[in-house]
Amino acid sequence: MTAPSLKARVHVMLKDGVLDPQGEAVRHALGTLGFGGVEAVRQGKVIELDLAATDRAAAEAEVRAMCEKLLANTVIEKYTVEIA
Amino acid sequence: MKAAVITFPGSNCDRDLAEGFAKAGAEVVRVWHKDTALPAGVDVVGLPGGFSHGDYLRCGAIAARAPVMAAVAAHAARGGYAIGICNGFQVLTEAGLLPGALMRNAGLKFICRNVGLRVATADSAFTAGWRQGAAVTMPVAHHDGNYQVDADTLARLQGEDRIAFTYAENPNGALADIAGVLSANRRVLGMMPHPERAIEDVQGGTDGSVLFRSLSAVMAAA
Repeated sequence: MTAPSLKARVHVMLKDGVLDPQGEAVRHALGTLGFGGVEAVRQGKVIELDLAATDRAAAEAEVRAMCEKLLANTVIEKYTVEIA
Repeated sequence: MKAAVITFPGSNCDRDLAEGFAKAGAEVVRVWHKDTALPAGVDVVGLPGGFSHGDYLRCGAIAARAPVMAAVAAHAARGGYAIGICNGFQVLTEAGLLPGALMRNAGLKFICRNVGLRVATADSAFTAGWRQGAAVTMPVAHHDGNYQVDADTLARLQGEDRIAFTYAENPNGALADIAGVLSANRRVLGMMPHPERAIEDVQGGTDGSVLFRSLSAVMAAA
């Protein structure tokens, strides 16, 4: 039996303190729709990758390198990596 | 002056930018994003506006990793000149050749109109044709022109006189009204407004032609 391939899920969010005008617009729209008590909205992205790799640690290191090089702009964004 | 204008998939101001250089007397060569070298003898590289790679992932992010960008980085490291306009500015920040990032406009809308600018420094080859503080008009056309940097970097940009242009009335939320910034050696400029769209009367103004002529004069004197 071959080892199952891995999936990675990357969450990219603006760093704390970086203004998120889109999140703020969503917060405002929710208030207009009558959803009270939404104190803050931050909008980010989820990127899912199907990987041929079978070694979890190596896969995570590889995906982190992808984040540093392309998937996130670390000037303004932070990221987390989940391997499943 | 020999200028190289790079075309990425989705660039749409590349011909205008080539025209801006040519009208100032430059020999212009066009370069494709997959090229791995710049033509010999290039003085200045132009990164045009547009929507490279459809603005997918982040504006300029994919173009910044194009094969030609290693050659652009090497050109800049040698002290070569480069100008990135609008999407080209986004590419330069994504490539790490200029500090900061261009975020979604504070009002969330795409802005396409003439704006008033101040020439914040005349101390660069791009802005030497103006006096500091000169009021000029150029068009902007962007959705993501909200320039942001951390406080330390902003202090450094201000302390080193590296803010090239500021908005007279901030259209997009950019920190400190910044419309354009220079690299530490003052030879790489990124700006959101479009000087190449203000080089003939028929475009509604010619203020942008000063930038190309300034550059040409500095090259001729070199």
